[in-house]
Amino acid sequence: MADSGTDIVISAAGLRKLYGRAIAVDGIDLAIKRGEIFGLLGPNGAGKTTTILMLLGLTEATSGTVTVAGCNPMREPLEVKRHVGYLPDSVGFYDNLTARQNLRYTAKLAGIAREEIEDRLSDSLRRVRLAEVGDNRVGTYSHGMKRRLGLAEVIMKRAEVAILDEPTSGLDPQATFEFLDMIRGLKADRVAVLLSSHLLDQVQAVCDRVALFNRGKIAIEGTVEALSKQVLGGGYGVEIEAVGTNLTKVFGGIDGVLRITEEGSGKYSLVASRDIRPELGAAIVASGGALMRLDHIEPSLDTVYRHYFEGQKSEGQHGAA
Amino acid sequence: MARRSGSVWTGCGTVFMKEFADHLGSGRMRVLEWLVLLTGIGAVFTAIQDLKNTTSQDPFLFLRLFTDAHDPLPSFMAVLGFLIPLVAIGLGFDAVNGEFNRRTMSRILAQPVYRDALLLGKFFAGLATLGVALVTLWLLIIGLGLFTLGVPPTGEEVIRGIGFLVVSLAYGGLWLAVAMLCSVIFRAAATSALVALGLWLLMSVLWPLISQFITSAIFPTTQLNLILGPSYQQLMLQQTLARLSPNTLYAESLLGIMHPSTRALGPVFMEQLQGAVMGNPLPLGQSLLLVWPQVTSLIAGVIVLFVGAYVVFQRQEVRA
Repeated sequence: MADSGTDIVISAAGLRKLYGRAIAVDGIDLAIKRGEIFGLLGPNGAGKTTTILMLLGLTEATSGTVTVAGCNPMREPLEVKRHVGYLPDSVGFYDNLTARQNLRYTAKLAGIAREEIEDRLSDSLRRVRLAEVGDNRVGTYSHGMKRRLGLAEVIMKRAEVAILDEPTSGLDPQATFEFLDMIRGLKADRVAVLLSSHLLDQVQAVCDRVALFNRGKIAIEGTVEALSKQVLGGGYGVEIEAVGTNLTKVFGGIDGVLRITEEGSGKYSLVASRDIRPELGAAIVASGGALMRLDHIEPSLDTVYRHYFEGQKSEGQHGAA
Repeated sequence: MARRSGSVWTGCGTVFMKEFADHLGSGRMRVLEWLVLLTGIGAVFTAIQDLKNTTSQDPFLFLRLFTDAHDPLPSFMAVLGFLIPLVAIGLGFDAVNGEFNRRTMSRILAQPVYRDALLLGKFFAGLATLGVALVTLWLLIIGLGLFTLGVPPTGEEVIRGIGFLVVSLAYGGLWLAVAMLCSVIFRAAATSALVALGLWLLMSVLWPLISQFITSAIFPTTQLNLILGPSYQQLMLQQTLARLSPNTLYAESLLGIMHPSTRALGPVFMEQLQGAVMGNPLPLGQSLLLVWPQVTSLIAGVIVLFVGAYVVFQRQEVRA
């Protein structure tokens, strides 16, 4: 289904969801393009899963508009579900059936033409590397294999939009790595991927853009670099391990230092306006201290996330006081 | 509100086929079928021992296979009245909550089907399983009768037998709907099974006692009643209350269909019996007319319970 002129497959405006008087999602705007991997981040209960369910039409929004693959999930739920593949956060299968039987069942429910089912099924199982065990009962599968089978279902559907809810939680590092690779494969197929996670390094590894959820709102949104600029002020981060007296004062004396945080005994992190590592090293040695480690911090989502929520917390405390 | 697009029936057949295959292959179903088969055949076999002596006297010999009791076993019909609910509950008690507990619900509902299809498919699959079991059992008994009695059934006996199947299926469907309603309401399969079984016990064992108790509370027994027996009001109230239980409806329907000599299911006045040839069987049409209210009530009960399950299910949040 080619959208006229535009590449945007998911768009939401002013999306709100109330459970009774509790606000789960409070006015969210989203626009996701084909071939884009979009990450939803945020603490538990921030409204990620509720947003996903509203995009799928599995929960009715209280107000706001959603368009997924050119359709409204409330009015044309079947049309939307035909174009969207969904991997729930706790994915389950019928343990007494084989992987193929499980997929065949959903393929029929998805309305895939009978003569196409077997081809698509084998193809998708191969892509998630389950072809050899496709005739084993799902009951014998490991957690990671079930996740991959869930992804095979999304691939089999040839959806325009893939919504993955916590796709890598509970997987071992190797499985996670492989899984992220498969998600990149979806991007290559021009599928719009929406994934929610709180495993930040993974999100950073695959996502083109991320949105940080907080209390039902999108707090900040953009590429990882843009976010780090927004939250960290675009400074140059340095991590120091050093032994000495009054080191904070020493650091403060250097031109260009914007912020100093002592993170533990002998550990500091600085934000500066430029690369000040040579001056820092010289200053520590000159003050009679011993320099153990001096490192430039890449702006990681982890730091962005921590800084953002620490900022929130201190604001909250001020508000309470 | 705009009408939702797409058919409610999309995917219903797929769900039906999958659930039907699951039921027929499941160990639970096999155990229940053996239970029904063994007790049923036992009851019929003892009935046959008696029937052999009266073969020449009875116009409805084959119906006797179903209805005759021989100590210590109850009649085949009584056995079924007890076991059909058990099988139906066994088929339905984890229909919906099982999907939640296996975490397959959100995956299935993310496919382009409505929830209706899932519930309808599951219900019809349970009904079809019950139907297969009942028809098999019925044919087995007819075959057993042919072998041991050596007389073929008459056309009317066959039609009454089919009536028996239809009523039994409606009765089974009612308990299937009860079990499915429980499976929608309760998230834990064990709770759902216990509640459904509890209802079944209440209806089959306790309800007759309760209806008696309520009657005597509303119309206390007087001296006159002790001499003349219960009054008309007492009888009517007690019967009305008893008919709230599907077990009573089922028993009365079978009584009308399988005992052609049954003339009324309620109290009968002496003057109504004037000119009646006692013990003479009613024609088929009249028997069917007699049990019509009971059968329609059973079917109405199925529909009401299913709609209840449907409404609760539609309002449920998908997130587990």
